[in-house]
Amino acid sequence: MDLEALSVTFRLAAITTAILLVIAIPLAYWIVSTRSRLRAIVEAITTLPILLPPTVLGFYLLVLLGQRTAFGRIWIHLTGHTLAFTFTGLVIGSAIYSLPFAVQPIVAGFSSIDIALVEQARLLGASRWRILRSVLVPLSARSIAAAALLCFTHTIGEFGVVLMVGGDIPGATRTLSIAIYDQVQDFAYADANRTALVLVAISVTALILLYARRGAYPAATAGARHD
Amino acid sequence: MTESPILDARINYRRSGFRLQVEFTLRSQWAVLFGPSGAGKTTVLRILTGLTQPDSGSIQLGNHQLLDTNCSLDLPPSRRGIGFVLQQSALFPHLTARENIAFGMHSWMRVAREARIEELLCLFEIASLAERKPQQLSGGERQRIAVAQALAPRPKLLLLDEPFNALDAPSRAAIIEKLRAAAVPVLYVSHDLADAWQINAHAILIESGTIRAEGETRTILAPQRQQLLTQLGAPQHS
Repeated sequence: MDLEALSVTFRLAAITTAILLVIAIPLAYWIVSTRSRLRAIVEAITTLPILLPPTVLGFYLLVLLGQRTAFGRIWIHLTGHTLAFTFTGLVIGSAIYSLPFAVQPIVAGFSSIDIALVEQARLLGASRWRILRSVLVPLSARSIAAAALLCFTHTIGEFGVVLMVGGDIPGATRTLSIAIYDQVQDFAYADANRTALVLVAISVTALILLYARRGAYPAATAGARHD
Repeated sequence: MTESPILDARINYRRSGFRLQVEFTLRSQWAVLFGPSGAGKTTVLRILTGLTQPDSGSIQLGNHQLLDTNCSLDLPPSRRGIGFVLQQSALFPHLTARENIAFGMHSWMRVAREARIEELLCLFEIASLAERKPQQLSGGERQRIAVAQALAPRPKLLLLDEPFNALDAPSRAAIIEKLRAAAVPVLYVSHDLADAWQINAHAILIESGTIRAEGETRTILAPQRQQLLTQLGAPQHS
């Protein structure tokens, strides 16, 4: 077992999940509450990583993080090194790749909340921030937990984007998926099998956790009528 | 001498074939907006609260202008000072009854907030339910907590959208009695003649998005009552 790869994988998954929840919760709130025409574009962009081949996404991220773009040049100017083939670059790539797995369950959770509850909160003087914090987030706890689990397990299993953006640097960017690839290249099938079983165990545990969480609250009863 | 108006509303609203065009003034503490299903009662209430935007109109609550489309004034629901109770209570399912009642007093000082909660728990006789969540309460208990929640931040007007339809007559009468004790102006919506008849209030009769009549409940609703009695085969009275 490549313990360094295990450590990199878990750190990557934990940091990516934390970042994605911070981004996805307000983004999902905007998506369910806005009347802006930009909503369709934003939803399309956040869903795009599901459809794109990981190598395509990885290639564009590699270009974005390198010297060819203003963002890449500014980063190099500020830090003295490129983002590509670093753990930070890997986190950025993973966050973009797993974004739909964070946003979509939370959007579904927010959308399922009775609009009458949100309206009641508004009538009782709640700001948008308080509605999010005190109504939507607690009532969508199951969806947010599902989003976190999906992000975590999806990040753990990443291969294409990780290889394109991070390469294969032991202790820095080599994850379990890359380790399996390396082990197979070396014909070390027993090692590859042990590493693969770790990924299988993580995925199965995550799914059991996901389905073991039963609905926390019944659907609220009141609804807006057009009487 | 004429009492100063509590609410003055002029509303024009049109959506998908439905047209609402009403103009009314509330001067008494209790008013009943009566009409059949689909007459536009709930839409009137939603426009008063700011949850629905009319095409044009103006709404004045006491001395406060809430809406005036001529000068693009449209206060958000959170700043209108209007309480709203629906037919099915919109209580937050993850909060206890006490926390539900406290929701609208977020900015209050803790001591004042606690005192107000205790006052309402006492008024509506729900102190024993304070730590229960909505799913642990009966329909009548939930409605009492919903009314307490709406009253908690001391709204200038309380809108009741057929909130007691699912309750039996004694439960309904008890809540209305408590509400009268709370001394807040109330606009009560109903399509139930018996319900509206029992409330001694200024009545507004609305049909197909238009106000047909206004006045004392028993005067305005007398034709509907007579029609109902005829349908029931009761002896005719003048």
